Amino acid sequence: MRRLRASLVRLAGLGPATRRERELADEIESHLQLHIDDNIRAGMRPEQARRDALLKLGGVEPTKEAYRDRRSVPLLENLWRDTRYAIRQLRKNPGFTGTAVLVLGLGICASAAIFAFVDATLIKPLPYRDPARLVGLFETVQFCPRCPLSYPDYLDWKRLNKVFTAVDAFEGTGFTLRSGAGSEMAGGARVTAAFFRTLGVAPALGRDFRAGEDTPEAPPTVVLSYAAWQKRFAGNAHVLGQTVTLNGDVHTIVGVLPAGFHFAAAGDPEFWAALRTNANSCYQTRGCHSLHAVARLRDGVSIDAADANIKLIAGQLEKQYTSNVGQGGSAISLVELEVGRIRPILIVLLSGAGLLLLIACVNVSSLMLVRAESRKREIAVRSALGGSRARLVSQFVTEAVVVVASATVLGVTSAHWLIGILIGLIGADQLAGMPFLQGLGLNFHVLVFAAAVALAAAVLFSFAPASRSFSPDLREGLAEGGRGSAGTTWRRLGANLVVAELAIAVVLLVGAGLLGKSFYRLLHVDMGMRPDHLATLQIAEPQAIRADNTKVVAMAHEVTNTVARLPGVESVAISSMLPVRGGNTMWIRVIGRPFHGEHNEVGYRQVSAGYFTTLRAKLLRGRYFTEADDASKPPVVIIDHALAEKYFPGEDAVGKQIAYTPASAKPMEIVGIVEDIKEGPLDETTWPTLYVAFTQDPDDHFSLAVRTSKGEQALLPTLAATIHRIDPGIATYDPRTMRDRIDNTPAAYLRRCSAWLVGGFALLALLLGAAGLYGVIAYSVSRRTREIGVRMALGAQPATVYRLILREAGWLIAAGLAIGLVASVAAATLLRGLLFGVRSADPETLAAVAAGLGAAALLASYIPARRAASIDPVDALRAE
Amino acid sequence: MWYVLLVSNMNDKADVWQGTLALMVLKTIETMGPLHGYGIARRIEQTSGNLLSLNYGTLYPALLKLEQEGSIASAWGVSENNRKAKFYKLTRQGRKQLEKEARDWQQATAILARFLSPSGDAV
Repeated sequence: MRRLRASLVRLAGLGPATRRERELADEIESHLQLHIDDNIRAGMRPEQARRDALLKLGGVEPTKEAYRDRRSVPLLENLWRDTRYAIRQLRKNPGFTGTAVLVLGLGICASAAIFAFVDATLIKPLPYRDPARLVGLFETVQFCPRCPLSYPDYLDWKRLNKVFTAVDAFEGTGFTLRSGAGSEMAGGARVTAAFFRTLGVAPALGRDFRAGEDTPEAPPTVVLSYAAWQKRFAGNAHVLGQTVTLNGDVHTIVGVLPAGFHFAAAGDPEFWAALRTNANSCYQTRGCHSLHAVARLRDGVSIDAADANIKLIAGQLEKQYTSNVGQGGSAISLVELEVGRIRPILIVLLSGAGLLLLIACVNVSSLMLVRAESRKREIAVRSALGGSRARLVSQFVTEAVVVVASATVLGVTSAHWLIGILIGLIGADQLAGMPFLQGLGLNFHVLVFAAAVALAAAVLFSFAPASRSFSPDLREGLAEGGRGSAGTTWRRLGANLVVAELAIAVVLLVGAGLLGKSFYRLLHVDMGMRPDHLATLQIAEPQAIRADNTKVVAMAHEVTNTVARLPGVESVAISSMLPVRGGNTMWIRVIGRPFHGEHNEVGYRQVSAGYFTTLRAKLLRGRYFTEADDASKPPVVIIDHALAEKYFPGEDAVGKQIAYTPASAKPMEIVGIVEDIKEGPLDETTWPTLYVAFTQDPDDHFSLAVRTSKGEQALLPTLAATIHRIDPGIATYDPRTMRDRIDNTPAAYLRRCSAWLVGGFALLALLLGAAGLYGVIAYSVSRRTREIGVRMALGAQPATVYRLILREAGWLIAAGLAIGLVASVAAATLLRGLLFGVRSADPETLAAVAAGLGAAALLASYIPARRAASIDPVDALRAE
Repeated sequence: MWYVLLVSNMNDKADVWQGTLALMVLKTIETMGPLHGYGIARRIEQTSGNLLSLNYGTLYPALLKLEQEGSIASAWGVSENNRKAKFYKLTRQGRKQLEKEARDWQQATAILARFLSPSGDAV
């Protein structure tokens, strides 16, 4: 209790102490007076009396010092004094302070911002119960390792497996939503009844689907996502029991999902409807693959064991059904499925940010070292005056802590801002596909990360200079003054740091170069078409006419004809799926050749007569579709070059007949061959594709491609409005230019983001590396002023001096480049997954980086070299 | 002898010394009533029969500590020969502390005395 009281009093004693100081002085003065009085009374002379009193007291100042130590907490008081002294010192030297804080803040900013993404994606668990025990199930075929399941296969997997406690199916889709003004498309999904229970997600409001609600007999029900509830129903608590019309069917709302829930594998839908087996004729066919499945592992079963079990079942089904020939199965961790795509890029970015942070730390430490070096004399004087080593070290520590603390505040604040920019860079469309990034910001994890970085930096910056500032011999420090031997030790250490900085900069530059080149190659991949001046829009025809193919075709005609009359429009085309999006596949056989049920899988698109001309695709042989190829004529198809090469090698395919695999399927005549169009992802080889005439095989959902002579972006709103005037029941969605569509495919934007970010990091690293080199050379020149003065006095020409300085820099640059190039070849293997059309050891990139960095580094060392060459020998010698 | 030993080791055994000095200060103030620092120092020397040679300066941190702990209180006053001085007096808590510590000391010295006595009961 007494201790506590005393501690509190002492803590209170930390504040300003003028009054207490005066009181102390008074008390000691009074003590001396009393003692002097006594001594005089005992017969001493006044001066002797005073001297004796002082001696007996043990000195006024030591007494006061001991008293002060007791008065407050000396450690804290020293800390306070050190901090103020540090701040004063740092403010006196704004160049040093500003640079150090800015450079370190930059490193912290970049790494904290990237870490926020890593945290949201790879660290924060997915919003399901025990997400590590969930797997996604896929069918596998030769060209498609993660393909959808057919409904009958799903039922068999669910029934036959021995590894899952639950298996549920889902299908991401779009629903035509009847709203006040007309129709619109909304993201939706169909799921089997127990889907949410398998994920372990409880609705925030109402209930999820009951067993049996996914049968054709049950009345249609729907569960809302939290976002849809907020957006479309204003968060109304009485939403349960209300109805929404989806694809023409009235659905009753039974529940609302919690706010944090997301499920990227289904496209993060707004409306979750029960999967009713009559909703889609596809569900009845074993060969029609449209579903995905999610399953929960039994206790003690590993993902590998589950995968083996699924492969076994797929093998049994393969023997049982001809439709399953060549089909395997696979189970993949759901976590991997949701975030696996962006994990490599995040790891690359985090490594990039880490390297930038490292280079920033190296840079700041060398600044601190130079500063410590120049304060060597001050330190020596202070320790000669009795400053204890601990006190002097604590001065360095305080200074480092002040710098790091300011840099951390700066870094974390700007990280907040950088995260916003990065989110903007990703774009709203991609963000919708990465719902785990929602609400990304400076959370607790990120702050802990920043604090850990700051702590490490503070330790590094405290002890690096402190350990260097105490020469074993005090006299050496005092005698050295501003020059001499210690300069050489610093030069050696500083030189090593600069080599490290340059090497890191090389690694980052090479990474950025490879990513940039991949991105360039990707955007200049042969598309087989002209993507400029194309406006695109997706369309769903009104529910009422969907059953009648004649009406579907007639409406499609009306749409194309009306749009074609718009000003600036050159031509209009229809396709069931736009290029670069992948799409459906079909199994074909060639008429007149033996067929044993093998799966000749080809891409499949229903296109209008104007499709190839509108895209500016190249006809190799035969003819395009015409308006005359309608349902009354025998079916005709056009194939691409890849299909011709694969199934008709060395023959002329035009005039040959093919058919789909069912025995009842009608033969179709090949009337033309076109150059391959990039229908699938940019970074994959084009799968052989079959084009059928839209008029012969129509679809009520299709995409419109419009070639215009004017700006295609400006056309987009007009396009939707024009189509709505034909019939308000037509739903239009996803209006975008073709260029935009290509740029925002995952293949492109993942590489674009990584190229830009790593490029930014590399540029900063280059700047920091060059600045570091400049610092070392400039310091070396300032140390060698006298030497250079002597040389020039003895007749050295400026050119000799240039050579002297640049040779020193050249060695550092060469070492940095050599180490960096070797390290970057190794580091580039980390990038392999993101590279496209470039080898990880690309000589062109390596050479460009070496040249660029070499030039920047030479420039950085030229400036101090010029200063050295312009030294006036007389001044240099006199300055001594 | 004991105290001299402690004094000569003041730097090494600051805690022991501080504790002992505090006890002496408290006892002195109890005996003499409110007293200024100089008076306390002189009194301690006299009481020790001048065996104890005190560096007066060390007294002030000890007084401050006792005051911070609430065992003594201080106020400015005027000394017998009309000098302004800071007077220290015992608080109630200080009185209790003195009683307890004096008892502890007596017990400790009594035990040690038994060990050190030539008749050596303990051996």
